[in-house]
Amino acid sequence: MSLILSIKPLFAVLASALAVPGIISSGKSQNFRESWTFAGAIIKFLIIASMVPAIISGKELYYSIAEILPGIYFAFKVDSFGIFFALVAGFLWIITSAYSIGYMRTLKEHSQTRYFAFFALSLFATIGAAFAANLLTLYIFYEILSLSTYPLVAHHQDEKSKISSRKYLGYLLFGSVGLALPAMIWIQMKTGTLDFSTNGILTGDFSKAEIIILLLMLVFGFAKAGIMPLHSWLPAAMVAPTPVSALLHAVAVVKVGVFCVVKVITGVFGVKLLAHLDIGIIIAWIASFTIITSSLIALTQDELKRRLAFSTIGQLSYIVLGIALLSPYGIKGGVLHIAMHAFGKITLFFCAGAIFVKTGKKYISQIKGIGRQMPFTMGAFFIGSLSVIGLPPCGGFLSKWSLLLGTIQSGQTAFLIVLLVSSILNAAYFLPIVYNAFFYKEKSDFKDEIDEAPMFCVVPLVITAVISVFLFFYPGVFNTLADMFVNSIYGGS
Amino acid sequence: MIHQLPGLIVIVPLLASLAAAASGWVNRKYPFIIAFLALSFTAYASISMLIYTAGGNVLTYHMSGWAPPVGISYKIDALNALVLTAIQIIALINLPVSNSYVKYGFEKKEAPFYGLYLLFITGLTGITATEDAFNLYVLLEVSSLTGYALIGMGNTRSPFAALNYLIIGTIGASLYLLGVGYIYIKTGTLNMTEMSLMLPLLKDSSTIIMAFCLCVAGILTKAALFPMHGWLPGAYSNGPNASMGIIAPLTTKVMIYVLIRLGISIFGVELFIESFSLSNFMVNFCAIAIIAATLKALYHTKLKKILSYIIIMEVGYMAGGFFLGNSDGTTGAIIHIINDAAMTFCLFIAAGAITSKFLEEDIRNIRGIFEKMPFTSLAFAGGALAVIGIPPTCGFFSKWYLIKGGFGAGQYLFAGALIFSSFINAVIFFRIFEKSFFSDKNHHKTPENLQAQNINTNKQISEAPLSVVVPLVSSLGLIIFLGLMTGKIVENYIIHLI
Repeated sequence: MSLILSIKPLFAVLASALAVPGIISSGKSQNFRESWTFAGAIIKFLIIASMVPAIISGKELYYSIAEILPGIYFAFKVDSFGIFFALVAGFLWIITSAYSIGYMRTLKEHSQTRYFAFFALSLFATIGAAFAANLLTLYIFYEILSLSTYPLVAHHQDEKSKISSRKYLGYLLFGSVGLALPAMIWIQMKTGTLDFSTNGILTGDFSKAEIIILLLMLVFGFAKAGIMPLHSWLPAAMVAPTPVSALLHAVAVVKVGVFCVVKVITGVFGVKLLAHLDIGIIIAWIASFTIITSSLIALTQDELKRRLAFSTIGQLSYIVLGIALLSPYGIKGGVLHIAMHAFGKITLFFCAGAIFVKTGKKYISQIKGIGRQMPFTMGAFFIGSLSVIGLPPCGGFLSKWSLLLGTIQSGQTAFLIVLLVSSILNAAYFLPIVYNAFFYKEKSDFKDEIDEAPMFCVVPLVITAVISVFLFFYPGVFNTLADMFVNSIYGGS
Repeated sequence: MIHQLPGLIVIVPLLASLAAAASGWVNRKYPFIIAFLALSFTAYASISMLIYTAGGNVLTYHMSGWAPPVGISYKIDALNALVLTAIQIIALINLPVSNSYVKYGFEKKEAPFYGLYLLFITGLTGITATEDAFNLYVLLEVSSLTGYALIGMGNTRSPFAALNYLIIGTIGASLYLLGVGYIYIKTGTLNMTEMSLMLPLLKDSSTIIMAFCLCVAGILTKAALFPMHGWLPGAYSNGPNASMGIIAPLTTKVMIYVLIRLGISIFGVELFIESFSLSNFMVNFCAIAIIAATLKALYHTKLKKILSYIIIMEVGYMAGGFFLGNSDGTTGAIIHIINDAAMTFCLFIAAGAITSKFLEEDIRNIRGIFEKMPFTSLAFAGGALAVIGIPPTCGFFSKWYLIKGGFGAGQYLFAGALIFSSFINAVIFFRIFEKSFFSDKNHHKTPENLQAQNINTNKQISEAPLSVVVPLVSSLGLIIFLGLMTGKIVENYIIHLI
């Protein structure tokens, strides 16, 4: 693994931050303002994409900005996992930007300048986290992300969104300041470093009990991962405009949380150490509990976005479970699931938003028969559901398959059952929506001819749905990167 | 030249203060110009000494060539070079802010104001630069007396607050003087270095124990550690905007500097922390002080009162960090002197701009700050995040060291108090953001409403004058810059002290 010095990571991170002054200063002309967002998003994605060949050829890119604490640098290091996540988030930002235009303008939302500015800032933090070279840099971007999404959650500025945004920030800050920060300080005190290393950095400095405590502090501390009981900020955050729920609370923010957990398990503790001490199973059980419980709660939710939120909580724990199995297939499945779930779930959120834009309906019980009026939207919803449930021909099948192999590979078949039960529950809370949309016999409020949401809403959701299917046949670069990540942990075997 | 700077950095503002006060009779613009030139010089001097002391160099200057113990000597090492730079930079960038308030609030009083301003800075500079324990007392009184006058120029309640401050401040200073007197009786010297050589031999003397207690009690009173803080909230929330930009961020921080100086240069860390076995008691005391001050800040609704209690809380951070007695705690305390100066400066200037624009102190009655004053809001938010301790602002890094020091010393109550205060600070500031930053307008999505709103927001921006906004935004830059420079500061300066 050769390390090359490159300023590209810095530019990739900064591209969206640099768009912020442009967005703010051109608030008067909507089209001009949104062109800043697109410029930032496209440039960002191109820079990220341009790093892929180097990563695939086995190199890692490194760039250091400052020595913020003695021996700890504020630095970026792009590895296979980081670029994997950055590709997903960077690409979906472009799509979401188009969707945002359709959604925000149709609903004539207020403070759109603020919305787009903080959206760009959130992506700055997301990619910064993806490329972080050590735990402290990761933590810094994690915190920036919490704060830059706060105004998006509080967007409506009414009583409900105020309460939700308090909850949002309360949970996330409690986790990061109350749990992750002390854990980080503890690790740095004992080991003198916070750099990620493929074998972990804790070797020999801690007793088993201490490692368990540290692991729990860090896994729960990065509360964006939504592991129960620190999950209820996510359903609360659904008061935000739907594009925010779609990109940030199904992809960027929550996956930064999972990303942190993966980084902590693989880069700080080290898979081998956890396997040796047999600790992974604790996290695996917590994740399993979250998967089943959140799926059951999702069944009871009538508000579409809340059902999706609880589904997200469960799916995030798939990823955590995959990593905690500490087996090559499990890790690969977890990593792949970041991308597969992202495309599937963002499609579902886009659909929820499109339905709201067109009909103003938020509840599942109100949208029976909507398939006749909005066939494209509901068709995409069906594909998204399949992907999240994990059925072919959608990308979600690949990651779930890999996760299932992981449970067998690690010899813990109990989790195989967890995954299968959860899949049934997923089907139970998604498919009736689709069925009722198309085959509801009684009279509904919806028209019989096609009357879809605006183009800017429908085209993005069709694109993400198509990609979900496409990824089943050609997982290509994602598959390669996930394999590389697994190889980097298990030494190429 | 560099060897003369420890003397000049005090003498130049001292003479300039007299010149500024006198020049007001000639032209009312001169005092500002004189103050600006003098502070530019001291800023230059402090930065060149900061560069010189990097890596552990020390500058010593004997006043009028008299060597100690007869004469007064000034000694600049890594510790006071850092604090001096903080003082001078803040004094300089605050000058335009003060100018814009003095022009409208105190017409015809410019000359005495700038005279006092410079004298106050002279006092703080001298306290920081001197190596003579008695000279330190003299300059402490110089800065305190000018401070009382500067605070007394505020609103109708400020003379009373200043009187309160004067009484408690004088008690604090007297305690310190008494302590120094005892040390002088025992050692026969007032020079800190000479004291530090003799005091370890006298550690069993009850006189020295008494002297120690008196000095620490006096300094902590002047630093406003809870519960000796009674003078601070009134003085800082009623004092005039023109002078709060230097008094609020600097006074308590310089007192903490004196505390650290007492510890590492007079009594020596070993004596200070271990022999008197105070560490455990004082750290817990500071932890309680932090919690109490934080809750007090939560309770208040007037913007400057909140900030005053936050300053008291920060004093608890720094004092507690130092009393931990390990290198991480001391590092945290020293970095926090600089970081806290930057962030309280930012917050107080922003609060001054907000309250003077809205003519309202109570955050419950302020609405729409962000729409009216975007830059001020931005800076206020930055300062707030630094107080909460969100990276990459500087507040995070000092907190990092303080918590690490707490863990290292096994003082979990202190570490817990720091984390607790972070949470409460988040509540305090996000309450302000939520209530006061945005307007209460109902956001119905009708086109008419939207249009009316656009027109309103376009017309609404009415920022503080440029002379306030530029220093504010630069202080925000400073907060982030200091954060990113933490590694360099620790490696080049603080490591050589401990």
